[in-house]
Amino acid sequence: MQLELSPSDAEFRDRMREFFTTQVPQEIRDTVLEGRHLTRDQIVESQQVLNAEGLAVPHWPTEWGGQDWSELQRHLWHEEMQRAGVPLPLAFNASMIGPVIAQFGSEQQKQRFLPDTANLDIWWSQGFSEPDAGSDLASLRTSAVRDGDDWVVNGQKTWTTLGQHGDWIFTLVRTDPEVKKQQGISMLLIDMTTPGVEVRPIELIDGGHEVNEVWFTDVRVPGENMVGEVNSGWTQAKFLLGNERVGVAPVGATKRALATLKQNAADQMQDPLVRARVAELENDLLALELTALRVVANSTDGAPHPASSVLKLQGTVLQQAVSELAVELAGPASLAARADDDSPQEGWARRAAPTYLNLRKASIYGGSNEIQRQIISRTILGL
Amino acid sequence: MDFTYDDEQQALREAVRGLLKGAYADHEARRRTVAEEPGFDRALWGRLAEMGVLGLPFSEADGGVGAGPVEIGIVCQELGRVLAPEPYLASVVHAGGLVAAVGTAEQKADLLGRLSAGELVLAAADTSPGGRWASRADGVRASADGDTWTLDGVADPVVGGESADVLVVTAALPDDGGTGVFLVASDDVVRAGYATADLTRAASVTFAGSAATPLGEPGRDLAASIATISDLTRIMGANQALGVMQTQVRATTDYLKSRKQFGVTLNTFQALTFRAADMYVSLELAQSLVDWATMTIAGGDPEAVAEAADRVGLQVSRSGRHIGQEAIQLHGGIGMTAEYAVGVGTAHLTVLEQWLGNGSHHLTRLAARVDDHELVEAL
Ligand SMILES: Cc1cc2nc3c(=O)[nH]c(=O)nc-3n(C[C@H](O)[C@H](O)[C@H](O)COP(=O)(O)OP(=O)(O)OC[C@H]3O[C@@H](n4cnc5c(N)ncnc54)[C@H](O)[C@@H]3O)c2cc1C
Repeated sequence: MQLELSPSDAEFRDRMREFFTTQVPQEIRDTVLEGRHLTRDQIVESQQVLNAEGLAVPHWPTEWGGQDWSELQRHLWHEEMQRAGVPLPLAFNASMIGPVIAQFGSEQQKQRFLPDTANLDIWWSQGFSEPDAGSDLASLRTSAVRDGDDWVVNGQKTWTTLGQHGDWIFTLVRTDPEVKKQQGISMLLIDMTTPGVEVRPIELIDGGHEVNEVWFTDVRVPGENMVGEVNSGWTQAKFLLGNERVGVAPVGATKRALATLKQNAADQMQDPLVRARVAELENDLLALELTALRVVANSTDGAPHPASSVLKLQGTVLQQAVSELAVELAGPASLAARADDDSPQEGWARRAAPTYLNLRKASIYGGSNEIQRQIISRTILGL
Repeated sequence: MDFTYDDEQQALREAVRGLLKGAYADHEARRRTVAEEPGFDRALWGRLAEMGVLGLPFSEADGGVGAGPVEIGIVCQELGRVLAPEPYLASVVHAGGLVAAVGTAEQKADLLGRLSAGELVLAAADTSPGGRWASRADGVRASADGDTWTLDGVADPVVGGESADVLVVTAALPDDGGTGVFLVASDDVVRAGYATADLTRAASVTFAGSAATPLGEPGRDLAASIATISDLTRIMGANQALGVMQTQVRATTDYLKSRKQFGVTLNTFQALTFRAADMYVSLELAQSLVDWATMTIAGGDPEAVAEAADRVGLQVSRSGRHIGQEAIQLHGGIGMTAEYAVGVGTAHLTVLEQWLGNGSHHLTRLAARVDDHELVEAL
């Protein structure tokens, strides 16, 4: 056991820190650090800056732009981005569909999609959830029926994050309604400009438009856009959802948010109760960060460290707790959530309530915290 | 950076575990041992000495083994797993730590050599009645007459004090001179022994003109060293608490799988499995801070060690109470019984926390320093 980073890892961290704080446009980083909304263009620009340096998709196979880093280096990369306020590479591209195509896709699909996916020239959306298929994803009903070389898709997806920006959507569709539900599912890549695809906005409790319904009416999808074999979609879905849960504890961003809150609410930092709550959250974040380090440092043999399921669960708990403290410290100023920009209330205080409300999502998506508890109790504790 | 135990450390763990399993795998054995004088197993203490475990923290020159904090932490974890009542924390880590930190070369060679060999049991008397984890003594006062020192006052609780041969006492020096450390033979004091909530032993010790030998150079204020040794003891106490928590989580999951009610085993009820999952989360978070704090000691910076002690103290308080309370609840009635290890484990966690510094104390200290940093750095 030893606490210090090795000289080469320390050098790696410094290199990341240097790049993120000098090469990603300050305006974009300020937007993240102040908790304001990024535009589509900002997200694309930032990912392209990273990709030009080989830092957008380091966990992909090297052939497609990956870096062959250790788990620890990936962790340091991820933490330093958050610390510097660099928007993380779009998860739908970098963490979800990219690795799936690299693993299961045809050579033609890899050539067609992977470079554009890494560079965010294609913006992907995730079309998994349906109104009656949430945690129980395998009960999805959107159908794809063979017609010549094409598939004809009908049905409805929901909760499609940033679908309004999407160029393509990766979907799970039912290709065989007769078999056990997991066995009749396939994965289709669908161009969102195809006739019959309709994206309808859903307004969330924070007033923002970040999720959508996506309707499919007789949408024709070329057969070459199926990833893997017909009816093998559940395998790819499990692979993707497994990746989705790795690196999900937003420790760096939450630490940054708490540090910024201390500054923003400096006039209240003399209150002993406030100080105690800050100190307690700082300690909780330290414990989580160290747990993440234990997981990455010990997962060299390929098998995930059992404690990795703690990360999403506790990571979202703390992310939400910091946002809750922010609302409390904002107090009456938080009422000005939807006031004009020339409001006399400070920006952080006006953003506090919408952020708090928005972050309630964190413990719902990507495998809700109840589903995480189920994973821990079943697979780790054997209950 | 590396959070794994190397082969030698694993071997130490296996050896200690094997020895302790022989003694306390059966909780009945622990019950019998704590019910009799001196409240721990002297034969087992001797075997720990033979294995070199009692001398782990001390240099070879002083008759010890010269091991590092990770090794000592491993021993404490294993003691915690079986709720061993042996006074390792009190005698070796705390009292022995004080001797090693401030004793003269001769004092160290003599006392630590005999402590390592299992021939001498020490106890640290550093708490006054009603006192709360202060490194400055106020319950016991030292007086000097030429080179002759005597002590007056009361120390309580003195963990392991009932059976110790020599007491290592912190006492207020004359003329507001700070706090010194003294050696007092146990037959020169009045001791009232008692059992703590986890049935291990402590004592109230009264000094009335008791002859005392200054540890180290006489008359110097040693409050800083006393504080550091207390912090080290806290971190090792956290290791011991971690061992207890590991056992509690294991026992609870085993119980949920075997106990039947309503015709099915309890793990059929999701409300219960989710609570077990949350206990596991608490355990992993505690393990992270315990490993980190233990490694921090090796860096040798007293300020970093103080910080680590507060941080691990707070986490172990939170995790320990959560796990300890849930372990009893999920066991139902049997968790309340003295003959079952789970409830006693919770008692032990309670004793460790209140002895070495509770969560509120550590949180208060951390809260006082929130402006000293922008964000907390783990590495
Ligand atoms: C803001 C946001 C963005 C999203 N983005 C996307 C996206 O881009 N693409 C996409 O495909 N999906 C997306 N989702 C969907 C998300 O994955 C689902 O919301 C999630 O899987 C939960 O499903 P549900 O909402 O139907 O809730 P339900 O599954 O109906 O759950 C309701 C409640 O019951 C609990 N529960 C369910 N089953 C169990 C069980 N077996 N045991 C115990 N408790 C249980 C849940 O934890 C939850 O608390 C998004 C969701 C949100 C909120």
